[in-house]
Amino acid sequence: MNITALINALPGACAQGLIWGIMAIGVYITYKVLDIADLTVDGTMCTGGAVCVMLMLGGVNVWVALLCAFIAGMLAGFITGILHTVMGIPAILAGILTQLALYSINLRILGSSNQAISVRKYPLLLSLLRVPQAALITALFIAALIAALYWFFGTELGCSLRATGCNMAMARAQGINTSFTRVLGLMLSNGIVALSSALFSQYQGFADINMGRGAIVIGLAAVIIGEVLFGRLFRNFALRLVAVVLGAVLYYLVIQVVLWLGLNTDDLKLLTALVVAVFLSVPHLKGRYFRKGAQTRA
Amino acid sequence: MLKLEKISKTFNPGTINEKKALRGVSLTLEDGDFVTVIGGNGAGKSTLLNAVAGVWPIDEGTILIDDINLTPLPEHRRARYIGRVFQDPMMGTAADMWIEENMALSARRGERRTLKRGITAAEREGYRRALAGLGLGLEDRMTSKVGLLSGGQRQALTLLMASLKRPRLLLLDEHTAALDPKTAAKVLEATDRIVSQGNLTTIMITHNMKDAIAHGNRLIMMHEGQIILDIRGEEKRRLTVDALLRQFERVSGEEFASDQALLS
Ligand SMILES: Nc1ncnc2c1ncn2[C@@H]1O[C@H](COP(=O)(O)OP(=O)(O)OP(=O)(O)O)[C@@H](O)[C@H]1O
Ligand SMILES: [Mg+2]
Repeated sequence: MNITALINALPGACAQGLIWGIMAIGVYITYKVLDIADLTVDGTMCTGGAVCVMLMLGGVNVWVALLCAFIAGMLAGFITGILHTVMGIPAILAGILTQLALYSINLRILGSSNQAISVRKYPLLLSLLRVPQAALITALFIAALIAALYWFFGTELGCSLRATGCNMAMARAQGINTSFTRVLGLMLSNGIVALSSALFSQYQGFADINMGRGAIVIGLAAVIIGEVLFGRLFRNFALRLVAVVLGAVLYYLVIQVVLWLGLNTDDLKLLTALVVAVFLSVPHLKGRYFRKGAQTRA
Repeated sequence: MLKLEKISKTFNPGTINEKKALRGVSLTLEDGDFVTVIGGNGAGKSTLLNAVAGVWPIDEGTILIDDINLTPLPEHRRARYIGRVFQDPMMGTAADMWIEENMALSARRGERRTLKRGITAAEREGYRRALAGLGLGLEDRMTSKVGLLSGGQRQALTLLMASLKRPRLLLLDEHTAALDPKTAAKVLEATDRIVSQGNLTTIMITHNMKDAIAHGNRLIMMHEGQIILDIRGEEKRRLTVDALLRQFERVSGEEFASDQALLS
């Protein structure tokens, strides 16, 4: 085991963690704010990249491509939202349906299961050939995103979204159209996930049909790690989002270390699922075996 | 002001769990009426309020407020006219949001939610004064999460929220039932004050016959999805628990079956 190999890999892991941190912020909006587990993101985490790469290969400006990726993600969230609210399908199932449909749609967009885009030929914003710059640009994206979300969730509309996630009966009694707010939240979340996907495909230099597989679990892992480690420290909404991003970075750093320790890449998803399962069950088990722990929901 | 015309609601129709919860209920309230509602378990009291609030569509009949037909409107559109407090203290507030945020939400009941600030400095002052009026010390805890409050505090807050933006109709569904007697008395006191200050048209369900007699200017009793007694004016003022029980037996041909009601 060569320690310099590990150290050399850490900056890349940080950059990757930051990009996935954007994705995790999207997951936070549905899972924590709206109280919906949205599985659409496994599909949108490919759609954003597919749209961005294909548009750029067609000569479209990188910013326009990012915007289109964001809109494509919002559309996916819209579909899930309509399936859930108008058609009355449980949120989890609605997400799975959209995710499945997106697999075909993503293949259509990409034209094959993989499309490469070279940083030498196209004006990509970030690339793993320039890791520090990629990390910096992503950090700027994150700062802008958190500022925008902080503002939004302080508006009347944003507050109505929070109320919907917190207590649907109360929200409706206060005249909030909870179908509308849930659709809006799902759109916002998936737009952000697609943006992350678009940045990630630029970073790795290709979009791949499988790049979103298990994304929801990675997003949840980031949310949970951020909450467990920084929950007591960060009470403010903006700081909570920072915690989520840090959670994602830590996730990728830990992954890097366990890979360096000799774990087979094929076993990674098993490990991630295990870790997330353990953390998700902690509050429940605490409430069951330690009465006092049940009261303190972080 | 409020006019219910022959409203009916059957739950789980066509199944073995079929339940005719409302059977052609008609009721007209005048402006400023404060009606108390009593009746045994499963009589349809909550169902009546839920029907008015629009929790689900009714099967038959019409619901009018100020001659506006509410029947086809979804719950959130009716909220513009209606303030509510539920039996469960958890139900009326958003636990993870601050006290002042909850109040700001209800101050915008029935209005379009835009990208303006969710709460402004000016309204904060108003909330502080309104909270001080409750006398529970909540005015010093405006940025505490509502989830940290006791059940009684939450009910008092919900009541205040229901009246912040003056509702045309206030619906109270056993809003003191989950509280200890002392707290319940306080919340009832606050109810009387808020109702009379705003001259609010109010429907209040209670399990306690004494409370039903002591509050409001009109009393209705429900039984098996129908209104079987409607007492108002002088007759209501002279009413006693005994007389009420006798009336119930006469009208329904049964003995009053709710233990809680007799506990009073
Ligand atoms: N959402 C629902 N689905 C199915 N049945 C319901 C529903 N709500 C009420 N019911 C049934 O309708 C009947 C009337 O219920 P309701 O809650 O109106 O009674 P209530 O008079 O409020 O009684 P309580 O004093 O126990 O609160 C009951 O038999 C109840 O089981
Ligand atoms: Mg009831």
